[in-house]
Amino acid sequence: MDLLKDKKQFLRNMSVPLLFIVIISVGIPLSKYTGVYLLREGLTRLVRNSFLVISLLIPVMAGMGINFAITLGAMAGQIGIIFSQDWGLTGVGGLFVAMALATPIAILLGAFAGHVLNKARGREMITSMILSFLISGFYQFFMLFFCGGVIKFHDPNLILSRGYGVISTVTLKAGRAFDDFIKFELWPGTGIYVPVFTIFLIFLACLFTVWFRKTKLGHDMSSVGQDQRVSNDAGMAVDHIRVQSIVISTVMACYGQIIYLQNIGTMNTTYGADQVSLFAAAALLVGGASVSRASLPNVFIGVLLFHMMFIVMPVAGKTLTGNAMIGEYFRSFISYGVVALALIMHSWARNRDLADSRKQMRKDNDDKSKELKAKVNA
Amino acid sequence: MNDEPLLEMRNVGKDFDGNVVLKDISFTLRKGQILGLCGENGAGKSTLMNILFGMDVIRETGGYTGEVLIDGEKVEFKKPLDALYAGIGMVHQEFSLIPGFSVAENIMLNREPSKGNVISKIFGKHGKKLETVDMEQIRSTAESALSKMGVELEVESPVSEMPVGHKQFIEIAREISKIKTRLLILDEPTAVLTESEADILLQSMKKLSENGIAIIFISHRLREILEVCDKVLVMRDGLVVDEKDKEETNILEIARKMVGRNVESMEDFSNNKSKRQISDEVILSMKNFWVDMPGEAVRNVNLDVHKGEILGIAGLAGQGKLGIPNGLMGIYEAGGEVLYKGQPFSLNNTKYALEHGFAFVSEDRRGVGLLLDEPISWNILFNALQIKDLGIRSVLGGLFKFRDDKAMDKIARDYIEKLKIRCTGPGQKVRNLSGGNQQKICLSKAFCLDPEILLISEPTRGIDVGAKELVLEALRKYNSENGTTIVIVSSELEELRSISDRIAVTCEGEIFGVLPPQAKPEDFALLMSGEKMGEVSA
Repeated sequence: MDLLKDKKQFLRNMSVPLLFIVIISVGIPLSKYTGVYLLREGLTRLVRNSFLVISLLIPVMAGMGINFAITLGAMAGQIGIIFSQDWGLTGVGGLFVAMALATPIAILLGAFAGHVLNKARGREMITSMILSFLISGFYQFFMLFFCGGVIKFHDPNLILSRGYGVISTVTLKAGRAFDDFIKFELWPGTGIYVPVFTIFLIFLACLFTVWFRKTKLGHDMSSVGQDQRVSNDAGMAVDHIRVQSIVISTVMACYGQIIYLQNIGTMNTTYGADQVSLFAAAALLVGGASVSRASLPNVFIGVLLFHMMFIVMPVAGKTLTGNAMIGEYFRSFISYGVVALALIMHSWARNRDLADSRKQMRKDNDDKSKELKAKVNA
Repeated sequence: MNDEPLLEMRNVGKDFDGNVVLKDISFTLRKGQILGLCGENGAGKSTLMNILFGMDVIRETGGYTGEVLIDGEKVEFKKPLDALYAGIGMVHQEFSLIPGFSVAENIMLNREPSKGNVISKIFGKHGKKLETVDMEQIRSTAESALSKMGVELEVESPVSEMPVGHKQFIEIAREISKIKTRLLILDEPTAVLTESEADILLQSMKKLSENGIAIIFISHRLREILEVCDKVLVMRDGLVVDEKDKEETNILEIARKMVGRNVESMEDFSNNKSKRQISDEVILSMKNFWVDMPGEAVRNVNLDVHKGEILGIAGLAGQGKLGIPNGLMGIYEAGGEVLYKGQPFSLNNTKYALEHGFAFVSEDRRGVGLLLDEPISWNILFNALQIKDLGIRSVLGGLFKFRDDKAMDKIARDYIEKLKIRCTGPGQKVRNLSGGNQQKICLSKAFCLDPEILLISEPTRGIDVGAKELVLEALRKYNSENGTTIVIVSSELEELRSISDRIAVTCEGEIFGVLPPQAKPEDFALLMSGEKMGEVSA
């Protein structure tokens, strides 16, 4: 009985990943890509995106759903990279300076977001999404007017010809610095390079997440995530703990964005951060997570499936329809679709749980009344 | 045992804005003693426990009079934490458990022992929160707390999959795992348990008392009180009316003491009642009827309502009396078999109920019953507009329907006069009326539907004595003039006895018996406590 229930539960959790596996297995033969190509691309996407997706895990544990405000962290990361490049720093050192510079900004933004989300209890996800639009306005104002204007820049190549404002597309001098720091070719001749150092950084993030769950703070966070009233009655500083979870998430997202950008090598200054949270959230949900339960396997399965689909679909779409644009169209359609689906499934599951507990209550009650009757009759 | 008592209360009293709820409460409790606390709703049990536990609500409403002594020393708890430090643990009626945590984690919630690790040491003093939680120690502490109670539970399994009874044990284990706990307050711990689980709980209470922990046990099940307690304290209307050792008292006496106020005044009501002729025709019949109303769930109601009678439903708070009318009207999810005039009645469908001659006056007057910021006329006709097309002007043969303000005004004036509603006119906002007049609006609203069955919950809650009688009189009159069947649910037994032809008593989500209003008050008290005394019929 329990085994059956577990199996059903497992299938329900895995329904979205399974759907994607089906889509991809149809798409792969249509795309006519070679295994080597798919492996290389898959590995690249995994390295590029995983860290960002991991940054979503801790707020989910704290019961705040998917933190769409990781965009704030991404903006902090971009600010860090710009200044690091302006100071003429390149390579791994330049990226570490960017991280160091971005961390306090991310902490401030995260604390701000955390406090706002505490005011919007129960509507954290939509609030975090809107919040990221709001801060995006401040960020753009900072990049387009402050930089080069109020704040003097040393590198004129970074500034628009009008004299102030950062150029819209920056080619990073520290591009691929982490990836190329330590790497080896998987099989000679295939061109599949394994970026050992970046993978090590991702491994650190995983290690941190696992370790954090075992600390007192992590333990409290998961308690708060399950029942705020009970946690509060037990003497936990619920609001403070929730803010902490958002701060940690924002700082991790800031590092994640730096890793992402160095892998790509160029940066879209104005809009580069905007879609970060959407794609990260979609990847996590594709990996079988829900807004109340997410784990590291969800991250890696999700990143692999979600991005594999984007590799395969444009070509598959072209083969089928003769139009390459169809893949690009798919990209945002599927992302928003997955998020919407996950939200619907979440509330559906919650209602079902409520109904189940009602049924259980009636059953308990029946047992109770039978016993009582037996006693009275005796 | 001849040293100072663990707990002593001397002349404790408390009023809320001049409304006295506790008067001159004195009692003592020794180490390892179990004290049973009984009394009806509103007798002052909760307020007394709130004082003892230092709840904020007491301080915010001006504190209390008298003295509380622990170990012979006067104490005054400012907050629950102070009480915890003094060794008082309280298990509330609602659970406070984290569903996804294991039994052990819940017992040690927010008191988890932790060990330092590399990172927490880097942070030094500030790294306390980053220390690793010591699961091994959590498990062993939890196990020892459970074994103190004589209960065996799998400490590793998550509580979400546990039966309710086990959850109650976890709550208690949490309190006694606190090293200092010497006095445990259990507020209706058996209410959610099955009989056999309750037996185990009683056993472990005895075991705890042998270990020197004193217990204050609040329960509506008198049988349990007598089984486990050394001493019984009966409260009524804010007073201790009886303090006896277990040996000197019995269920009947406790029940009598619980309700036994002005018994004589009852007699007059009942006399004229016996003359009324109630038809044998069953208008509404409930079989295995259940309603999932939070806090007032009923699970198995079997009850027939006769045509033209006034049926009272009595019972303690939380025993499900409010669930019955709310479930019939489709306000909370309900199920089971209900026959109305011999036909199956569609549940969970408020419109259906209204259209088939049901009207409901809710206990939640300001929430469900009224549109507070709308005028009287709108409130009175609100349901009738939807159901009866009363106050509606039809144009083009009913293609368009408009509100007919003039007609509404007229009907409202009618009711204002009939029920003597004190107001400035049909246009006055309902928010500005007194509780009694608001209740009359609710009645008018129901009368407007011209119901065949009128369901009324707590008709006199929160209104003053004069208005109470007027409301009851209006109901009596409506019943005798129109022959409307009335089902009235109330916490006030006196009120039910004065108006009803029969009174059904709910206990633990079931109808425990039906009594005539002339029955002795202690019989009602026994039924409310879940004691069946043979078959009683009206």
